[in-house]
Amino acid sequence: MKPFLRRLRAELFATPADALLSLGLIAVLSLAAFGFLRWAFTQAQWAVIRVNSTLFAVGRYPVEEQWRLWLLLWLLFAATGLSWGVLRSHPRRDRSGALWPRNDRIAAVLLVVLGLWRPWAMGLSLSIQARWWGLVALLLLVRWLAGRFGRRFGPLGLRLVALMWPVLYLVGMVLISGGLGLVAVSPSEWGGLMLTLLASSFAILLCFPIGVLLALGRRSDLPLLRWGSVLYIEFIRGAPLITLLFLGQNILGFLLPGGLAPDRVWRAAWVLTFFAAAYLAEAVRSGLAAVPRGQFEAARSLGLSYPQALGKVVLPQAMRVALPAMVGQFISLLQDTTLLSLIGLMELLGTARTVMANPAFLGKNAEVYLTLAVLFWCCCAALGLGSRALERRLDPHAVPSAT
Amino acid sequence: MAPVPPAEPASASATPPTPPWWRDRRVIPWVVQAVVGLLVLLLIAFLLGNLVRNLTAAGLLLSWRWLQQPAGFDISESVIPFNAQLPYWRALAAGLVNTIRAVLVSLVGATLLGTLVGMASFSHNGLLRRLARVYVEVVRNIPLLLQLVFWYFVVFLTLPNGVAAIQLPGVVLAKSGLYIAGLGEGLRWVGPTLVNGVWQSPLRLSVEFGALLTGLIVYSGAFIAEVVRGGIAAVPKGQWEAASSLGLSWFATLRRIVLPQSLRVIVPGLNTQYISLAKNSSLAVAVGYTDLYSVAETTLNQTGRAVEVILVLLAAYLTLDLLISALMNGLNRLVQIRER
Repeated sequence: MKPFLRRLRAELFATPADALLSLGLIAVLSLAAFGFLRWAFTQAQWAVIRVNSTLFAVGRYPVEEQWRLWLLLWLLFAATGLSWGVLRSHPRRDRSGALWPRNDRIAAVLLVVLGLWRPWAMGLSLSIQARWWGLVALLLLVRWLAGRFGRRFGPLGLRLVALMWPVLYLVGMVLISGGLGLVAVSPSEWGGLMLTLLASSFAILLCFPIGVLLALGRRSDLPLLRWGSVLYIEFIRGAPLITLLFLGQNILGFLLPGGLAPDRVWRAAWVLTFFAAAYLAEAVRSGLAAVPRGQFEAARSLGLSYPQALGKVVLPQAMRVALPAMVGQFISLLQDTTLLSLIGLMELLGTARTVMANPAFLGKNAEVYLTLAVLFWCCCAALGLGSRALERRLDPHAVPSAT
Repeated sequence: MAPVPPAEPASASATPPTPPWWRDRRVIPWVVQAVVGLLVLLLIAFLLGNLVRNLTAAGLLLSWRWLQQPAGFDISESVIPFNAQLPYWRALAAGLVNTIRAVLVSLVGATLLGTLVGMASFSHNGLLRRLARVYVEVVRNIPLLLQLVFWYFVVFLTLPNGVAAIQLPGVVLAKSGLYIAGLGEGLRWVGPTLVNGVWQSPLRLSVEFGALLTGLIVYSGAFIAEVVRGGIAAVPKGQWEAASSLGLSWFATLRRIVLPQSLRVIVPGLNTQYISLAKNSSLAVAVGYTDLYSVAETTLNQTGRAVEVILVLLAAYLTLDLLISALMNGLNRLVQIRER
């Protein structure tokens, strides 16, 4: 206890002025915390979230087709468990190779607690609660199995896992939108968290190749390519996203021959993609600038062709440098999907607005917006955490850690 | 040791065969460019052709005459005088002025807040330091639009009116607006006063404007705080130690020694943040503040002139960005170290 007190004194009460400041801050903070807790537990009416949980999750997706989303959720949880387990089953030099390292134990406990407590706290029906328990159990079971036996497949297992995600994405697209014998569900009926995640993941996946090409174009020696890329990047970066979304909704129909223009949801997703590509290009460009020119020249002099030198030597190094900036772009892209509500799409914020337009939930702004804020905060913070973990993993100079 | 290949005849190495033109290093780049350029031109021609055809069919071919027609809608708060009889271009101009007003005020506010928070993250006080960190992490991970609607619907629209309004020294926050003390008639300092249940003061801001300002300042402040923090961290530790060994206090060290040196790292970062603040101000439409975008949207709904409205919007925002960039580049030249 002594060192703790000493630290407390050094950090908070070093000088009289410091002590005064600390006491003032503590008073203000505890008042604010007390006021907030009192509001949250006595005045706030969280029924608006409970009653509309399906709406917030998937929007107006037809009830009789929602089993497809559940199926997708099962697949996603299984895939997550599989990837997690396979990654753990291939111990790296800097890891002890334990089946359940400390961070994984924490994550597993967190998952179990969330899976048991959250559906119960939301007051979901027992069958849906049971589904969430099943999902968490499946994830942990697959994680355990893959961690235990994943090594038997060798490096092939890792490759298969990497291949699984794009396939799963396509399967998910089919499950959500229909086709291949499933009843089609029009994009106008998608909504809620599902639309937010769909639009942002679509834009993140597609903006990546476009952004890399733009960055290469901007650093190219060919004047036409360079100036074309510069023009595109600066034009997009100069305009607010909302004007571009506005452009997509109102002008794309004029730019394409009749009937070819995609649905409103897809238009917005494409605009998000092309918007994000310009920003991503700048992140990748900074990464490319950090790779010494000698790397490219050495690769060329070893006899690698231009695409080979770029793809095998320069880009991998550039990507590692650009990773934090790129993930930052992805995080802001996820946040930017809220702008879809301004052009009348029913993503999370749009759904929230329709819910609060319902006379039964009038004036429940604080509850709804706080819930959305927590949701977004968790998603973005998770992306940031993942990025930092990946950075450490890719850092060639990293000191091996014990965990 | 690999077997040494037999020496080639001298004649072959003396005159290397000229490659065919399609493998010539001097030709390839131009071929690539020509192909890409042609493709892009074809795409643009295709899109423009469609645009002209579709616009002609809709009877909306590019024209600017509608700018002179009366707008027919009112702007709730406008710095330059405006009413519904005035033409569209006046409405757009009023919107632009509103945008510039919001950008300028929140720019100053966000810079102040960001600098203070950035400084706080170097405080001796552990609580203050962590608070600065928490503020940045919370604000950066929540979408700006969500924050704006939160400030507007949850904070500003639930303010009490009349006597119950929140009264601070020189400022009264009420649902009907924000009343700020200022110079009244005869250059006297006049505070907000309650007249027949209605607050009056020299300076009144609408709650929409207040919500927009608060949202933009809090959001951009977090990003600027990170820029300032990076700038301060870039100043060598020896500067701090030298200053404190000379007997300067923490604040004096920061103000006189560290901040001036960190400016050359901070200013380029600020440029980016200011430009994104200018662009983010277009989200004002979500809180009912009539900025340029909001006016443009109404104009489009009334006239259907999508292409022209978009051109006006893009031109206005690009100009605003370039203006900020030019100013900040000038500032950057001032703060850079001049080497003799």
